[in-house]
Amino acid sequence: MKRRTFLKNTIASSALVSIAGPSLCSFDSLKSKHLTILHTNDVHSHIDPFPADHPKNPNMGGVARRSALIENIRKENPNVLLLDAGDSFQGTPYYNYFGGELEFKLMSRMGYDATTIGNHEFDNGIEGLAAQVPHANFKFISANYDFKNTIMDGFVKPYHVFHKNGIKVGVFGLGVELAGLVDKKLYKETIYNDPVEISQDMVSILKNQEKCDIVICLSHIGYQYKNEPNKICDALLAQKTKDIDLIIGGHTHTFLDKPSVFDNLNGEKVLVNQVGCYGINLGRIDFHLNNDTKTSNGKSIII
Amino acid sequence: MKIKHFVLFITFIVLISCSSSSYKVSKIEGSKIEINDKITTISSYDDYIKPYRDHINKDLDSVLAYSSETLDKSKGQWQTNIGNFMADICFEKAALLFEKRHQKKLNVCLLNHGGIRSIIPKGKITTRTAFEVMPFENSIVVIALKGEQIEEMASYFISEKKPHPISGVKIYIDSDNLIQRILIQNKPLDKSAIYYVATSDYLSNGGDNMAFFQKNEDVYDLDYKIRNILIDYFKEVDTLKVSSENRIIIN
Repeated sequence: MKRRTFLKNTIASSALVSIAGPSLCSFDSLKSKHLTILHTNDVHSHIDPFPADHPKNPNMGGVARRSALIENIRKENPNVLLLDAGDSFQGTPYYNYFGGELEFKLMSRMGYDATTIGNHEFDNGIEGLAAQVPHANFKFISANYDFKNTIMDGFVKPYHVFHKNGIKVGVFGLGVELAGLVDKKLYKETIYNDPVEISQDMVSILKNQEKCDIVICLSHIGYQYKNEPNKICDALLAQKTKDIDLIIGGHTHTFLDKPSVFDNLNGEKVLVNQVGCYGINLGRIDFHLNNDTKTSNGKSIII
Repeated sequence: MKIKHFVLFITFIVLISCSSSSYKVSKIEGSKIEINDKITTISSYDDYIKPYRDHINKDLDSVLAYSSETLDKSKGQWQTNIGNFMADICFEKAALLFEKRHQKKLNVCLLNHGGIRSIIPKGKITTRTAFEVMPFENSIVVIALKGEQIEEMASYFISEKKPHPISGVKIYIDSDNLIQRILIQNKPLDKSAIYYVATSDYLSNGGDNMAFFQKNEDVYDLDYKIRNILIDYFKEVDTLKVSSENRIIIN
């Protein structure tokens, strides 16, 4: 009896798959799609705007304004992926008093999809970060930090595939080397792995296994180090890897006027962007895609 | 079992046929949007933040003490009033903790001029004052140094010509800036003795090129943030006690 039911079920499901499959495919024929990536980095607890008399950034930033901006963009295109490249913690008394609770609650309200782990996320110890995880309604993504032997084990994924209106967007995260930057007693048994090797593994999974249409690296390794030209950074990572479409960076508080473009190992273009710090800017990258195989060789980049 | 394979086969075919119609990027546009006061806010966010902000402001702005003068790091060649103040209270608080935990007497406290981030204005002193003067999370460590390294510290001081906050030391120099003698707790420096120096973890790790801290005999982490030292001191006193004593003395 049991065997017979099993056979029935499998035949039924195979039939269902074979019917549903082609019909889904044909539904997708000759279409173009539009995905908007919005991103911040190194907001450092800047929840309120800078005061009007601030010598460097008067009247800049502020979460209430950022949320309005994001809502308006969502009205224009609902296919939005909202990402943060780390260091949302530390910089104003909001962090000292509430330990990152308000930062994560506001990011959740704004509909952030994911963040990577910045070095300042460890400022209240790895326990201090774990304590704030329940306030976050978004993914923590880091591929080169191994949290296996820490309290954060299970809360951080190496990558996540977002499905946005039929587009598969693979996002993997990278963190900066912690030794010498963060006190060991804060990050404890968190292991840092080489970003280039990890990126190649991630890209291979996201392209070949997960069949992603777009691959994004959410990085907190820094844009570039003038005095240490060989130190791994977003600019080098872009050139030493392949199949990454976009690197969204943080850590170095680099104010890029527009995204930088580098050639990867295959000579293909990679975009690298970072929008300074303190929530002063919102980065926006629009991807236009289509499934027209005849004319889709090559892409134009408008920056 | 055969049927199971058949099911897998069909599914595979379907996947293949689907992946052939996957999407390719045809155009990418990038831009940066400035968040400034031209963007209207969403008031529900302000309402949400307000209780947090009010709590912080109430706590930050409650008066803890008074200062009878403005303490400013830009006034003074070898010492400043704020530098003396910071070094003295860090010495006092660190010495208590160091003795309790390690049964040793602290001899010196050395901080850095650059680490003082604001003035302490004449009048009401609040927790906010402590955050403004010391926004960083640095904490106090005690470094065991030989008398020789204390000499290096004195030379560093004279060559830097910066009024780094210092307590427990007097350095006598001549008119050519040559060191004549060094007193530690009013006793002449013994080159072979071990001295205990309180400083910030930033400086002990090589900040401001204070290389002499690297040649240490031992390091004791006190886990006491400099900002909390300030706050604890403000809570204890009515009026700040500030020393105008010279610690670099020109003969």
